[in-house]
Amino acid sequence: MSEPLLQAVNLHCERDDRTLFRDLSFSILPGTLIRVEGPNGSGKTTLLRVLAGLNDNVEGDVLWRGQHRRHQREAFLQNTLYIGHRPGIKAMLTPLENLQALTAGRGQLSDQVLIQALKGTGLAGFEGVPCRRLSAGQQRRVALARLLVSDEPLWILDEIFTAIDAQGVEALERLLMTRVAEGGSVIVTTHHDLQVPNMQRIQLGVGDDV
Amino acid sequence: MTSELGAMKAVILRDLKSAVRQPSDLLNPLLFFVLVVMLFPLGVSPEVEFLRQAGGGILWVAALLSVLLSLDHLFRHDFDDGTLEQLVLQPQPLFLLVLAKTLAHWLLTGLPLVVLTPLLAVMVHLDGNSIRVLCLTLLIGTPVLSLIGSIGAALTLGLRSAGVLLSLMIIPLYIPVLIFGTGTVMAAADGTPVAGQLALMGACLVLALTLAPFASAAALRISLSNG
Repeated sequence: MSEPLLQAVNLHCERDDRTLFRDLSFSILPGTLIRVEGPNGSGKTTLLRVLAGLNDNVEGDVLWRGQHRRHQREAFLQNTLYIGHRPGIKAMLTPLENLQALTAGRGQLSDQVLIQALKGTGLAGFEGVPCRRLSAGQQRRVALARLLVSDEPLWILDEIFTAIDAQGVEALERLLMTRVAEGGSVIVTTHHDLQVPNMQRIQLGVGDDV
Repeated sequence: MTSELGAMKAVILRDLKSAVRQPSDLLNPLLFFVLVVMLFPLGVSPEVEFLRQAGGGILWVAALLSVLLSLDHLFRHDFDDGTLEQLVLQPQPLFLLVLAKTLAHWLLTGLPLVVLTPLLAVMVHLDGNSIRVLCLTLLIGTPVLSLIGSIGAALTLGLRSAGVLLSLMIIPLYIPVLIFGTGTVMAAADGTPVAGQLALMGACLVLALTLAPFASAAALRISLSNG
């Protein structure tokens, strides 16, 4: 039994006088994919932002490799990749420039590697086009190119299948499966019907306070 | 340490590139600065004596308001497109990245104001020595304005119409810088030595440089927590 990467212990979150989740505990083990499920507004994004370390308005603890995360923030951040539903793509910059900026703080990657990653997400030929000229799906793909060059063991992905075409969805599913098979951990929210073996589920918004 | 410098450089480069390709955000504060200074002789008095007396103050107030005008953009775009979330999640200390962003803001607003100042100073009949001192005070003063402003911009980030609150919060903190700045220019016009006052402004800059990034970083985390 390997040690969990990230553990949530008794998370409790209220928003606008509504309980989003209470006494929520789970562990993210290496080599697993967890899907957070629930209707719109049930707190999926909030939970992912809590896990990513963006939202501190929550009771309970988040442990990183068995220890309190706030004591080892740097180690946590170095080993976690978060892509939110606002993916951090600058409209005025080209896909390559965006990728350079997003990966700058995480190890030196050569432009060749980044261009290769963009090709891998189907953006060959678009490296030099400003992102505002790209479609919504293509802009998402720029953000997803980060997955191809990521060596972070934990991925936190919010609604990654949004605006991606059928082929892209398939490629992305394969990428997630390979990742999990290699021992990486992935936690996702999506309304897409994800088919991955050994998928774990966290169900939110199943009315305990209705 | 190299990864910190690399990350800061990437933040500055990204902001400069974005701004240069979208020049309206860049030109707006500059145009405001020039227009305010140009309107004073028309609206108040074109007398050489008056302009020479008030010129330093006019340019300082215009520069201050112009920086204030640009502050809301400092984090707003990044907040809207998610870049800020990624910034907070970088493994480097956030205050360094915020410092880099503030530096980029100064390079895009404060520095161009300083470059335009000699031209406008001649228009309001300042003498050579005053112009030199005025440029020097703005060179030291505008980074302070950017740094202090970054705290306000970070705190008001979660609000939809932050402009009014931002001004009300930040103006009181700008007043000491304004007083030192204009005081130094007036002293220079009177021919008294200004080294002491410049040193005092330098102290303001050091203080802002060492404290403001920490405050802004903390404020950003709070604003994002509610986002």
